[in-house]
Amino acid sequence: MTPMFSHIPADQRPTLEIFVDGQSVRARRGDTVSAALLASGLDVRRDSAVSGVPRLPYCMMGVCFECLVTIDGVGNRQGCLIPVAPGMRVEIQRGKRELGK
Amino acid sequence: MAQVHDVAVVGGGLLGASIAWGLARLGQKVVVLDEGDAVRRASRANFALVWVQGKGAGMPPYANWSVEASRQWPGFAEALEEQTGLDVHYQRPGGFHICLNEDELAARQRVVEGMYAQGAPEGYGLEMTSREDLEKALPEIGPEVVGASYSPHDGHVNSLRTFRALHEGLRAFGADYRPDHMVDAIEPQPGGGFVLHTEQGRVEAAKVVLAAGNGNERLAPHVGLFAPMMPTRGQIIVTERVRPFLHYPLGTLRQTDEGTVMIGDSKEDVLDDGETRVPVSTVMADRARRTFPLLNRLNVVRTWSGIRVMTRDGFPVYDQSASAPGAFVACCHSGVTLASMHALDLARRIRDGGLGGALAPFSARRFADAPETLLNSDAAA
Repeated sequence: MTPMFSHIPADQRPTLEIFVDGQSVRARRGDTVSAALLASGLDVRRDSAVSGVPRLPYCMMGVCFECLVTIDGVGNRQGCLIPVAPGMRVEIQRGKRELGK
Repeated sequence: MAQVHDVAVVGGGLLGASIAWGLARLGQKVVVLDEGDAVRRASRANFALVWVQGKGAGMPPYANWSVEASRQWPGFAEALEEQTGLDVHYQRPGGFHICLNEDELAARQRVVEGMYAQGAPEGYGLEMTSREDLEKALPEIGPEVVGASYSPHDGHVNSLRTFRALHEGLRAFGADYRPDHMVDAIEPQPGGGFVLHTEQGRVEAAKVVLAAGNGNERLAPHVGLFAPMMPTRGQIIVTERVRPFLHYPLGTLRQTDEGTVMIGDSKEDVLDDGETRVPVSTVMADRARRTFPLLNRLNVVRTWSGIRVMTRDGFPVYDQSASAPGAFVACCHSGVTLASMHALDLARRIRDGGLGGALAPFSARRFADAPETLLNSDAAA
C-alpha cells in the first residue's frame, strides 16, 4: 500500500532512526514526531481516551491534541510539537494515558 | 384562588432541580424559577462526592440523613437513568480519608470516635484503616501515607450528568423551567398561595420552596423564614485523563468515570470565584502527589474556584414558615450527596404539606437569632 504521506525527494536532510512500538523507522532530522509517524507507512492511529475511536495527528501546530503519543516513556505528549531525536522510542497510545507513563 | 402551579421552586441548581424533579414525579405542577447561565453555581463547580463519613459531627440527625442519602442513591440514579437514558455513574465502593502523618491520623481517630460517642447511625461502619490494609485497596499510595478512615457508605457520581438528567427529567415530567427569572420578592397571599415577583413578571403558586443556595438568605425573610448562610470558596484541580487506577474516592481526590483526576477540598473565606490562587492550588497538588507520587507526571488541564453553599453552622436547614404556611426553605452544603433525599423524601413531605418530626432537628430555630415564624416541628404531620 502506498503511504498517504511521503518525504519530498528533494529534501536532502540526513535521516535518523527512531522506534515506533519497537519497530525501526527512518525519519528526517527536523521532522516532528507526528510528521515522522505519518510518513512511516505504519498504522499509527491511536485510540481516543474516552470513546476509543481511531485518531491521527490533525492540526500539526499544537492546538488540537489529536497527536497524543507516548515518547520515551512519557504519555500524552504532543507529537506535532516535538522534533525527532536519534533512538527516540515512540509508543502509539491505546486509550488513556497510563499513570506511570 | 386557583393556582396554575402547585409549587414554585426558587433555584434551578442541583438542590432546586432535585426537589422539583421529586415533586413533578409525584404529579405536582411545578415551576422552577432560575437565574441565568452566567450565575454562580455550586452545581457546576462541585467535587461530586456522595460523602457520608464525618458528616453530622455535632448533629446526629444529619449523620443519619447522610447515611440514608447514600442508601437511596442507587434507586435515585436508576430512576434518572430509566427516565432519561443518562447513566450518572453513581458508584459506592466506600471511601477513604487519607492521613499523611501521625498527627493527622490521631485527629482522624478522634473524629471517628466522636461519631460513635454521639450515637452513630445503624450500620455506620466508619473505621480506621491501617497502612497495610490501605495498600491492598490503594496500591499506588506513597510512603508518607500512614493510614486512613474508611466508610462503606461513601461514593461518587458524575454530578454534571446528574444535573443534566434532572433537568431533562423535569422537562419530560412537563415541569415549567424558567431561566433568567431571578426572584426579587415573594408575597404570601391572604387565604394562601404566593406571588413571586421576578425579572420577567409575576408568577403565582400555591406553595413555594426556597432552594436558591446562598441566595436563600435574602429570600427567606419575605416569607417568615430564616437562612443564615456562610459561604466559602473552594478550588479544584483537574488532570488529564488516565487509565483507571483509583477505585475508591478519597475525601480530597477522586478519579472520574472518564479518567480525569480531580483534586479538591480547599476552603477560603473569599467569595470571588473569578480567580484561582496558586498558593492554594500548590498545597492541594502537593498533598495529592504525596498521596499518590505517580500523579507527579500528570498534566493539569483545568483549575477553577467555586463558592460553596454553606449554612452558618454547616448543617442543613429545612423549615416551613408558620406565618406563611406553604413556604418552605431548603439549604445545605451537600447538594450532590443529599440529592437522593431531596428528590425522593423531602419532595414528598412538601407535597403533603408538612416536613414531619424527622426533619424537626434541621429547623433554623437552632440559631439564637432565628425569628418566631418557623414551623418545622410539624408535630401533627
